Amino acid sequence: MSEYWQEIHALTMRWVRRLSREKFSMLFTLVQPMLFWLIFFGNLFQRAADMQITQAPDYISFLTAGVVVMTVLNNGLAGGVDLLFDKENGFLERLMTTPIHRSSVILSRFIFVMTITSLQVLVIIGVAFLFGVQPATGLLGIATILMIGMLFGVGLTAISMAMAFSVKSHGDFFSVLGFLSRPMIFLSSALVPLAGMPAWMGFLARFNPMTWAIDAVRPLILTGWTEALPHVGMVVVVMVIFDALCLYGSAKVFRRAMG
Amino acid sequence: MDRAFAIQVSRLTKAYDGHTAVSDLSFEVYAGEIFGLLGPNGAGKSTTLRTLITLLTPTSGTASVLGHDTVREADVVRRLIGYVPQERAIDRFLTGREHLELLGALYHLSKAEAARRIAELLKLVELEEAADRAAKTYSGGMKRKLDIACGLLPDPKILFLDEPTLGLDVQSRLRIWDYVRMLKERGMTIVMTTNYLDEADQLCDRLAIIDGGKIKTLGSPAELKVGLGGDIVSLTLKDQSKIPTLVSALTRHPAMRAVKATPTGLDIRVESPEKALPAILEFANRLDCQLEFIEYHRPRLDDVFIAHTGRSIKDDLPKENVE
Repeated sequence: MSEYWQEIHALTMRWVRRLSREKFSMLFTLVQPMLFWLIFFGNLFQRAADMQITQAPDYISFLTAGVVVMTVLNNGLAGGVDLLFDKENGFLERLMTTPIHRSSVILSRFIFVMTITSLQVLVIIGVAFLFGVQPATGLLGIATILMIGMLFGVGLTAISMAMAFSVKSHGDFFSVLGFLSRPMIFLSSALVPLAGMPAWMGFLARFNPMTWAIDAVRPLILTGWTEALPHVGMVVVVMVIFDALCLYGSAKVFRRAMG
Repeated sequence: MDRAFAIQVSRLTKAYDGHTAVSDLSFEVYAGEIFGLLGPNGAGKSTTLRTLITLLTPTSGTASVLGHDTVREADVVRRLIGYVPQERAIDRFLTGREHLELLGALYHLSKAEAARRIAELLKLVELEEAADRAAKTYSGGMKRKLDIACGLLPDPKILFLDEPTLGLDVQSRLRIWDYVRMLKERGMTIVMTTNYLDEADQLCDRLAIIDGGKIKTLGSPAELKVGLGGDIVSLTLKDQSKIPTLVSALTRHPAMRAVKATPTGLDIRVESPEKALPAILEFANRLDCQLEFIEYHRPRLDDVFIAHTGRSIKDDLPKENVE
């Protein structure tokens, strides 16, 4: 057990080191969702968005939940990128010839992605606060948001890692990534509530796990526990199923790739 | 030399999606020797090596390392071996020391033990000064040295080197050869792949020539050369239309072992040059074949390679990525 922990710790710290050496890229990934979506998009649509439809005091407080979950989505889907590079330059092979538990590499990646995502979510909630968005459910609500984010993130990261192991080239990986993430965002309640969407888009959005996550995070920020709790209960169920499917599928890929 | 087996490979076959990379390979590696897998790219050297280091599961057949099966006891095998991959498997953002520290943890060394070994290895490969710089600032030769230090960190019984000097400048190559010889002195068994004939010749105690997924021949470089039977006399004729005449005349002569026509003349394998050379010259004179050039040499590994694979290894050497 202590050997297992030693492996996971060392591998996780490697990801942390890599990130800290890429200061520019770190800043960019950290700032991008806040700057682009929350600050620009949120303020830009302030007057264009119909408050009757968003059911929120202003568009930015409506959008906060969407940006939080979008960040989880993007980090999760990109979670396998570093493994892809490791696979391509032979570093993964080097790791695989050492007497480690095969799962350590995967677990270290989960831990790293979840931690970074949680920090980013906290920053986003902080920036939203500066624009006057006060989470209705307080600290406990924020903890709940982080939990929802992690539940969603686990499945996404698993898909991303499985993809990193199965694609032939990293061009393929990034094309699939783009192809997955944009429709996931537009076909969800991130930018517009389901009620405000064209019927066919709203219909598709109902099958998007992201919609469920947003619909639970949003009342935690906007209204309060009474409205949020049923959604939170629901999203836990949806995410457990989502994660189970993702983990089951990717575990097969991992076993084939790592023996 | 201790003749205990370090590695036993028995009827190893590996096929990927319909393509057979190695087929029915059997060989042994003795403890304490430098064993080479020599062959052109795509011959199956890397597949064989990667099976031995537990990265690939054989389609059929078995491989064992120090008596442990590479599939059933993969974890035991991994504790006994070190691996220096072909690509520079380096994380460019980590420093040299951080690479070694990471591996120290993955081999479950205590902090103190890891620190001791890391200091020793950095000294050995002369990377002490660069140890705390990010690997992206390293030259090709330095990356290779770091790779080797990484392979040695577990203090392995057997070290596997995949194309250890591919794309390196002459000085770095010689330095790497020195390391390999020194490790052998320390009692380590070394298995390496290479497609450089001189490297195989200079470094390996024994080698297997692999082509098309099969072992064509196996032995020490000296044995392989002697095994060709005799030294080689190459003639270049002024008038190439005379080649067949000379071939048929010499073929019957008892001092010639084998006579073969080449595009410009003849290759003659001879038992003893003292007897053969006068006879060759006499025949050439008598048949009025003017010689442009005579070359006499002991068999080289090139000749061994050509004799067993029917082609020169240089025919399909990959483009080297010289850094």
